[in-house]
Amino acid sequence: MTIPDVRVDEAGYSGTSPLLEIRDLAITFKTSTGEVQAVRNAHLTIMPGETVAIVGESGSGKSTTALAAIGLLPTNGAVSGGQILLDGEDIAHATEKRMIELRGNTIGMVPQDPMSNLNPVWKIGYQVKETLRANGRPSGPDDIAKVLAQAGLPDAHRRAKQYPHEFSGGMRQRALIAIGLSCQPRLLIADEPTSALDVTVQRQILDHLDTMTTELGTAVLLITHDLGLAAERADKVVVMYRGQVVEAGPSLELLQNPQHPYTKRLVESAPSLASRRIQVAKEQGVEASDLLAPDAEAAAADHVLEIRDLRKVYKLRQGLGKSTDFAAVDGVSFDVARGTTTAIVGESGSGKSTVAKMVLQLEKPTDGKILFDGVDTSLLKASELFKFRRRVQPIFQDPYGSLDPMYNIFRTIEEPLRVHRIGDKASREKKVRQLLDHVALPQSSMQRFPNELSGGQRQRVAIARALALDPEVIICDEAVSALDVLVQAQVLNLLADLQANLGLTYLFITHDLAVVRQIADHVCVMEKGKLVETGSTDDVFESPQQEYTKALLNAIPGAKLMLPPEVA
Amino acid sequence: MTSRDTHFVAPIDETPLQATDALKTDQAPLSLWADAWRKLRRRPLFIISSLLILTLIIIALFPSLLSTVPPNDDCQLGNSEAGPAPGHPFGFTFQGCDIYSRVVHGTQASLSVGVLSVLCVVIIGVTIGAIAGYYGGWVDSVLARLSDIFFALPLVLGALVITQLPAFRENKSVWTVVVIIALLAWPQMARMARGAVIEVRNADFVTAARALGVSKVGALLRHVLPNALAPIIVLATLDLGIFIVLEATLSFLGIGLPQSIMSWGNDIAGAQSSIRTKPEIMLYPAAALSITVLSFIMLGDAVRDALDPKSRQR
Repeated sequence: MTIPDVRVDEAGYSGTSPLLEIRDLAITFKTSTGEVQAVRNAHLTIMPGETVAIVGESGSGKSTTALAAIGLLPTNGAVSGGQILLDGEDIAHATEKRMIELRGNTIGMVPQDPMSNLNPVWKIGYQVKETLRANGRPSGPDDIAKVLAQAGLPDAHRRAKQYPHEFSGGMRQRALIAIGLSCQPRLLIADEPTSALDVTVQRQILDHLDTMTTELGTAVLLITHDLGLAAERADKVVVMYRGQVVEAGPSLELLQNPQHPYTKRLVESAPSLASRRIQVAKEQGVEASDLLAPDAEAAAADHVLEIRDLRKVYKLRQGLGKSTDFAAVDGVSFDVARGTTTAIVGESGSGKSTVAKMVLQLEKPTDGKILFDGVDTSLLKASELFKFRRRVQPIFQDPYGSLDPMYNIFRTIEEPLRVHRIGDKASREKKVRQLLDHVALPQSSMQRFPNELSGGQRQRVAIARALALDPEVIICDEAVSALDVLVQAQVLNLLADLQANLGLTYLFITHDLAVVRQIADHVCVMEKGKLVETGSTDDVFESPQQEYTKALLNAIPGAKLMLPPEVA
Repeated sequence: MTSRDTHFVAPIDETPLQATDALKTDQAPLSLWADAWRKLRRRPLFIISSLLILTLIIIALFPSLLSTVPPNDDCQLGNSEAGPAPGHPFGFTFQGCDIYSRVVHGTQASLSVGVLSVLCVVIIGVTIGAIAGYYGGWVDSVLARLSDIFFALPLVLGALVITQLPAFRENKSVWTVVVIIALLAWPQMARMARGAVIEVRNADFVTAARALGVSKVGALLRHVLPNALAPIIVLATLDLGIFIVLEATLSFLGIGLPQSIMSWGNDIAGAQSSIRTKPEIMLYPAAALSITVLSFIMLGDAVRDALDPKSRQR
């Protein structure tokens, strides 16, 4: 939706009363440790046909506020104050019967995770039919197909007869959008509708959602953690922080002129809005990349990793004794210069993580070579491999999975030292304290366990563990994807600092081009196991050669928003 | 209408900005076990069952504390099936022995069969299950078929066959019963351990440990098993109760403990003949058995709730 459209819309609707108005809303949860106020003093107004986005980090109360509006708070949560006015009717304490009348017809919902929100034992068509029937609408096969077709599912008659597992993530989300909009509600609540999807799919889905809601005149309450996405899609943005609305206003105005310190912080660190690499005395790195072309010989000597025609073929079982080959990685070659960051970008299934696993020697390549410091890693003996492990360390995506829950922080960080028999007890403890300082965690956190830390803190512990052996190369497999924007920026800055101070080389696997722009010197774009484009980050971003790269770049939410340079 | 286009900013002092991602330091650090213990401590189910079990253990170790009457030395047929008398609160058996004393002294056999067979089952089951789950592939297939074979044997039938083996028939003791139970009951533990190990083996922290240079076996012992321990402990606690019943069943059928060893199962078997005339003779050992089994099952339930990962904050 472009800005002029909004103005027309607003003019057209001016004078009407708001569709949804939330006033001084407070929501309290009863937990084992007592009552917790999840939301207080929340207020927002949605006019008919308007799109309003709630932006905030996890735990800020944005989803809770939206769930309250549709009366689906968890059983231990309740509205403890304020009003939720739908067309002037207070539904904050409406009976369950009244809410059932409203749901579907008046308020629709598109949930967050397309993988778990469709019932796997029912056909898609049946799940649409259920919604239509519950709201007393015609629910014949043609009606179902029409609803699905409107959500952009081709061949809807046939699709309606399929089960959720036969759908891709994007198609499932379309099916959920179809269900959410099937009864033409006046308000659609979309809770992070595309966070689980690849960027290009995300863009298609959001575009389609825009078109549909504009046609139907549906107002949308969009919940997202991505400020860029919110600003691009919504007329108004509401920023929530620690259960309170801290700032609200027209989206562009809010982005260009943030007032509240939290909003300022968000705008500063939103990766989709940032356009520059994090600079920490990066001169040498830039020079190294410039040297590449003219003096290939000299540059080759400084390549810590050289990947040559790497292939990985998996056998997919198809019934008894039969199997087909599936090339997850197909003829990939690239070099990683010492002290720089190379990013491998691609969507899910592009084979980028498999490359990382092979470089880490956790998977054996089917074909091709990985040269580390000029030595073919496939020829390493067990003892040499053990030494290799000291020099190349990983950081994984899921901060909740990458730390052993039974190990406290000290044991976690100390483990690599113990495994490689470095130093005695006292010197190891000193080293752990040093590493905690490096990653900006207090030394008092040593005795804590992973479940007491937030995602970002766990990721910092994982970084400290990776650094314990003084490695030369760190492989970050989606290391910041699971983190909130601000925490993500913090971790990226930390990584950049460490690189500048310790001369680390990063191989950065990610699906998020916005992150690439912030951290990488070189980019390799992968699609379906093949390398489609490589180059320096600036080149790839400014003049992408391949259609696929262009599509990826265009899909970054908020990329087209023009911001004054001092903000971006 | 005023709220439409206005740019609202909350007063800054209402939600002061906190440092990004600051560490919460208001609580003492807690390991999984400390956390479970803190939860357990407050559960009435746990308190009652553990007090009962503690009492049972004391009775098993020092039966003379509760009963000064020797259980078998003083049996007089004149007292056969006689009612309670001073110093003999539960009355006498068919053979004229003191019931109270026999029930107290039977605790030892029942408990030791339970504890020893659980130990054996855990050792066999967890080893086989962990190897099958961790290595997968053909190892898993072979071990899974092996445990299926044992799984398919009906327990009582299997026990009947095994006790007929000369080695078992000649020297019946606590150990023969333990061996029979362990031999027939490990597959369930193996399945549970296999499932728990499979769940953990692909976790990122295991991959991270491997990438650090930890060997495959080292990762199994140091990272996978400790994280798979919770369901194993729960099953072991529940099994304790079940195995005590099993011993009673086998003894009742005459294929468990020999008559020379006092156990509740033997006492129940002995009371069969007088069930119509004097049902209370069977009642006392049966009640002791039920209370014991119930307390272990309650303990198992309480431990399961405390170790439930879903109830733990992430």
